[in-house]
Amino acid sequence: MTNSTETNSTGTHSNGTGSVGNQRIVDEAAQSGPRSHSNPGRPWRKWLLIGFAIFYVMIVVLLPALNVFVQAFSGGVPVFLSAFTSRPFLHAVRLTLITAAIAVPLNTIFGLAAALAIAHKNFPGRTLLVSIIDLPFSISPVVAGLMLVLLYGNRGWFGPLLEAHNLKVIFALPGMVMATIFVTMPFIAREVLPALEEHGTDQEEAAHTLGASHWQTFWRVTLPSIRWSLLYGLILCNARAMGEFGAVAVVSGNIIGKTQTLPLYVEETYVQYDTQSAYAASVLLACLAVVTLILKQLLERTTAHHHV
Amino acid sequence: MTDIPASALRQPNFSPLPPPILPPTYTASQTIWQRLSNLSWPWRITWLYLSFFLFLPIVALVLKASSLGPLEIWKIATAPVALSTYNVTFLTALVASALNGFAGLIVAWVLVRYEFPGKKFLDAVIDFPFALPTAVAGLTLSTIYSDEGWIGSLLKPLGIEVSFTRLGVLVAMIYISLPFVVRTIQPVLQEMEKEIEEAAWSMGASEWTTFCRVIFPPLTPALLTGVAMGFSRSVGEYGSVVIIAGNIPFKDLIAPVLVFQRLEQFDYAGATVIGSVLLLISLSILIVINLLQSLGRRYD
Repeated sequence: MTNSTETNSTGTHSNGTGSVGNQRIVDEAAQSGPRSHSNPGRPWRKWLLIGFAIFYVMIVVLLPALNVFVQAFSGGVPVFLSAFTSRPFLHAVRLTLITAAIAVPLNTIFGLAAALAIAHKNFPGRTLLVSIIDLPFSISPVVAGLMLVLLYGNRGWFGPLLEAHNLKVIFALPGMVMATIFVTMPFIAREVLPALEEHGTDQEEAAHTLGASHWQTFWRVTLPSIRWSLLYGLILCNARAMGEFGAVAVVSGNIIGKTQTLPLYVEETYVQYDTQSAYAASVLLACLAVVTLILKQLLERTTAHHHV
Repeated sequence: MTDIPASALRQPNFSPLPPPILPPTYTASQTIWQRLSNLSWPWRITWLYLSFFLFLPIVALVLKASSLGPLEIWKIATAPVALSTYNVTFLTALVASALNGFAGLIVAWVLVRYEFPGKKFLDAVIDFPFALPTAVAGLTLSTIYSDEGWIGSLLKPLGIEVSFTRLGVLVAMIYISLPFVVRTIQPVLQEMEKEIEEAAWSMGASEWTTFCRVIFPPLTPALLTGVAMGFSRSVGEYGSVVIIAGNIPFKDLIAPVLVFQRLEQFDYAGATVIGSVLLLISLSILIVINLLQSLGRRYD
C-alpha cells in the first residue's frame, strides 16, 4: 500500500486549506492514478475495517465450510469412502439427479418464455408480473410444500381424483419435482430478462426482415446473445434444485431408499447419529456449491454482472 | 407543403401498433378462449406454468384457510404455541438481519473501496451460504457450535450454549441471510460517484461527516432493502434451523418448523393457518422491499 501515506497527506491538506489546497488535491489525485479513489482516511481505519470484514466472513461463512471437509475426513479416507457405497446413499444421489433433471429444464423453458414475453414490452401490470415471477423466493419453502399437500395430498383437492387413477404425487417423485420447481422458478427468468432488455430488438428485426421465422430468430439470434445469462441462471437454479430441503421434506415423507434426496439423507443420517455418513454426503453437496461458485465467478467475469 | 395537419401524418398504415382488439361481445368463456389464442407462445407458456405451479397452490392454501371460519382461524393463529413461534421467528430474524446489516455494510464497503490481498476470494466466498444446501449448513453449524466444536468449545467456558438453543437459530439465520445484505449494498456502493465524496472532504468535511451526510443517505434504501431481504429469507428458513435448533415449543421452535410438525400430525387446519400467517408476512415484506427499491431509484 505505497500510496496510503500519500492519500493521508492529501487528507491533512484538505482540512482548512482553501482553493489552492483543493487544486493540489486534484493534481495529486490525477498523479496517483486510479488508486487515488481509495479512502482518504487514515490507514489504520482502512485496515481495521478490512480486518473486521475478513474476521466476520471467516467466522460466519468460511469456518462452517471448512468444517464440512474436516469432519468428513476425520475418520480417515477409507471410512469416508465407505459411506459412498451404501445403498440409501446411492439411491439419494440418483433421486437428487432425477429431480433436478426434470425441474431445471422445465424452469428453463418457463424462464425463457416469461423473459421473451415481458422483454421490450410495456403494458399495465408489468411490474406486478415481474414481482409475481419472483414471488416463490419470498415464500417459505415449508409453506410451498404445504400448498402442494393441500392440493395433491390424499385429503387435498385432487386427492380423491388421483387415488381413483392410482396416481401418487405426495410422498412420491412428482410432488418432490413440483416442490423443487416451485422454489427454483424465478432463477432463469430473472437472469434472462435483463439480458434481453439490454440486447435490444434490432438484430431480431433484421433477422425478420431477411426472412427468418420466429423460431429461427430465437435459435440463431436471441439465444446466442443471452447464452451467458441463461447459463448463469441455470447454474444457480441447479444448485438450489439439488440442495432444496424444506419444500421437498414436506412432500417427500422422507422414505429411506424411496423418496429421499441427498439433503434429506444428510438430515436423516444426522438424526440417526450416523454423523460420518451425513458428512460424506455433505461433502458432495459442498463440492456442488464450490463448483457453482467457481462457475458463477467465471460467468460474472464474462458478463460483468453482480448479484445474488 | 409546410402546413400539413398533424392528423394527416398519423395514417393508420404507418401505425407501429397492431389493430386494437375489439371489446368482447361473446360470452365470458369464449372471450377467455379468444384471448388465449391471441397470445403468443411465450405468453401461453408463462401463464400456463404460473397458473399450474404457482397460482393453483396459493389458491389451495387461501381457500383451505378461508374454509375454516374466522373464529377458528383466530384461535389457531393466536394459540400460545403459535404466538411463541412468531416471537422466536420474527425477533430472531430481525436481530440476525440487523447484525448483518451492520456487518454487511462494512463487508460491502471493504470489497468496493479497498484493495488488499485475498479480496477476490473474500468476494467469492460471500455467496457460499447461498450455494450451500441448507441441510448441510445446519449440520456443519451445529457441529461447530456444539460443546466440542471449534467455536462451541470456546463459548462453553463462558456459559454460552448455541446448539439446540435460540442462539443456534440466530446463528443459522445470520449465516443464510448474509449474502442477501452484502449483494444488495455492493452494486449501489459501486455506482456511487466518488467525486462527490472527494468534493465533500476536500471542502473540509471530516470523514465521519462525509460518511453520514454524503455516503449514507443514498445508501439507506439499498441497506434497508438488503436487511428486508435477509429478514424475509430468515423468516422462511427451515433446513438449517431445524437441524441446529432443539425445536422445543416456547423455547426455540420457529414458525416454519411448527407448520411442518402440524402436517406430520395430520393437523391440516393448524398447518394451513400458520402457513397463511407466514405467507401474509412474506407478502408484506415483499411490498416493503418494492417500496424501498422505488425509493432507491430516486437517487439514480
